[in-house]
Amino acid sequence: MARLSKDDVLRLAHLARIELSNDEIEEFLIELNEVLAYFQQLQSLDTKGIIETNQVNGLTNVMRDDQLIDYGYAPRVLLKNLPLKMDDQIQVKRMVE
Amino acid sequence: MQQDWPTLKELATAVKNGSSSAIDLTHRALERVERQQKKYNATILTLKEAALKRAEAIDRAIAEGKDPGVLAGIPFIAKDNFLILNSETRAASNILSGFIAPYQASAINALERAGAVCVAKANMDAFAHGASTENSDFGVTKNPYDTSRVAGGSSGGSAASVALGLVPFALGTDTGGSIRQPAAFCGVVGLKPTYGLVSRNGVIAMGSSLDCIGPITSRVEDAALVLDVMSGRDELDSTTIEKDKLGYTNLEKLKLDKVKIGVISEYFEQGLDDEVKAKLLKLLKKLEAGGAKVSNVSLPSTKLALACYYIIAPAEVSSNLSRYDGIRYGYSDRDANDLEQTYLNSRGKGFGKEAKRRIIIGTFVLSSGYYDAYYKKAMTVRTKIINEFDAAFKDYDYLIGPVAPTTAFKIGEKSKDPLQMYLADVMTVAANLAGIPSISLPNGLDEKGLPIGVQLMAGRQNDRNLLLMAKMIEEVNSHA
Repeated sequence: MARLSKDDVLRLAHLARIELSNDEIEEFLIELNEVLAYFQQLQSLDTKGIIETNQVNGLTNVMRDDQLIDYGYAPRVLLKNLPLKMDDQIQVKRMVE
Repeated sequence: MQQDWPTLKELATAVKNGSSSAIDLTHRALERVERQQKKYNATILTLKEAALKRAEAIDRAIAEGKDPGVLAGIPFIAKDNFLILNSETRAASNILSGFIAPYQASAINALERAGAVCVAKANMDAFAHGASTENSDFGVTKNPYDTSRVAGGSSGGSAASVALGLVPFALGTDTGGSIRQPAAFCGVVGLKPTYGLVSRNGVIAMGSSLDCIGPITSRVEDAALVLDVMSGRDELDSTTIEKDKLGYTNLEKLKLDKVKIGVISEYFEQGLDDEVKAKLLKLLKKLEAGGAKVSNVSLPSTKLALACYYIIAPAEVSSNLSRYDGIRYGYSDRDANDLEQTYLNSRGKGFGKEAKRRIIIGTFVLSSGYYDAYYKKAMTVRTKIINEFDAAFKDYDYLIGPVAPTTAFKIGEKSKDPLQMYLADVMTVAANLAGIPSISLPNGLDEKGLPIGVQLMAGRQNDRNLLLMAKMIEEVNSHA
């Protein structure tokens, strides 16, 4: 059974790109281990040969012609919520040294 | 509390024949929204200006001899995870503070085309993560029957809004019970339709293989009408399915002697409150007296449904919430010096604790080395659960059980213990895993005067049949 260490929580938080405070790390370490222990009960069910369910309504891929459809979403309106922008472009902080 | 609105059908008729008006109904709803705010905190945003403008337009259309639709002039409240054009939409999370919806949810469009008027946004657990609205960044919604208790969640604001009579109906979303459980806690009707029946375009995603949209109302007939308006294929949500050919209105009376009901035995083993149990057994007696065949049915894998759900849902949450990156919308940390630090700080400061918890659980179950043992395992358990439901629906028309193990719990009672909070969903998550329709109906009060709910389920795409039987339960319960 998996038990998370403090380093594991830090690694997972970094994978998820979330900066945690020290208090949160301590708290999550206890809580997440409790939740993982609860998950353990799934191992009691033999699911050998059973196919996983990804979705439930049986729909398969739908194909359509590659045509532009105008849903009336104006780019300028969509860009209004950008925290940082320059000339209607998304602006981000530096990525490489 | 004044749950005094007539049926939706009567309201629309009155608006159309001039004995009432859209503007009167909208004013009444807006006044009630404002009046409850301090005491109950059911809503977190009022859409006064837009609502009055829409109401005026509807009255004008009627004066010009036009028909504004089956919900003409009827005010409603939408959970804060529905995008409403040009208004702030936050899913009750600070990370979306200031986010103005650049388009509108298909469900809202459908309701507006039918003449309905959205007057406010309901409080909720942030990103619909929770069973009490205590995870809202805007404070908890208080239970209309006892303000020291929760309204349930995550659609607690929507359920409280209907119970308080602010509006005749509200919209909620249900990923693991988020419509049904607060409906039960607040003594109203909450419908989670078949997965895919209502378009989710423009609704903030939580767990995409589980999320459903549905109405919260005072009576079954009203829930049926709202479902009828919202349901069906939408090219903007490729998971949508066709609605029933007969629609969901004009519900004929069901002959109880033709009905077979299975009582899920596992739901009686899991710390079920005595009064919730007694009220359910009393209802079953009444249904039997009416001719229904009622017997126990075992769905053994439903015992594992909660563990299964709390792997699959957070996995999908971790993926869906990756879009909140501090770059495209919402909270963005300005102190960061580079892109990665922008992500880390914006998400670290913007998300509440429960969103972080779920993202990290989801990241873990999907991570290399643990994927097979957790995520893949949960997806096979999901298949087992589905198979058991499918087998049960071969023998029974309906399955019945409690909505939650208890009535509304105290504010603060579970909020310090995430696992205890997750256990509040123990009886509702299976319907989401199986994609079947399920409805929560009022089933009397306990000795403290708190509402008890009963949960009725039917096979996939049997939403119409579900509503027929729900109406019978409502009728049986109306003569106490």
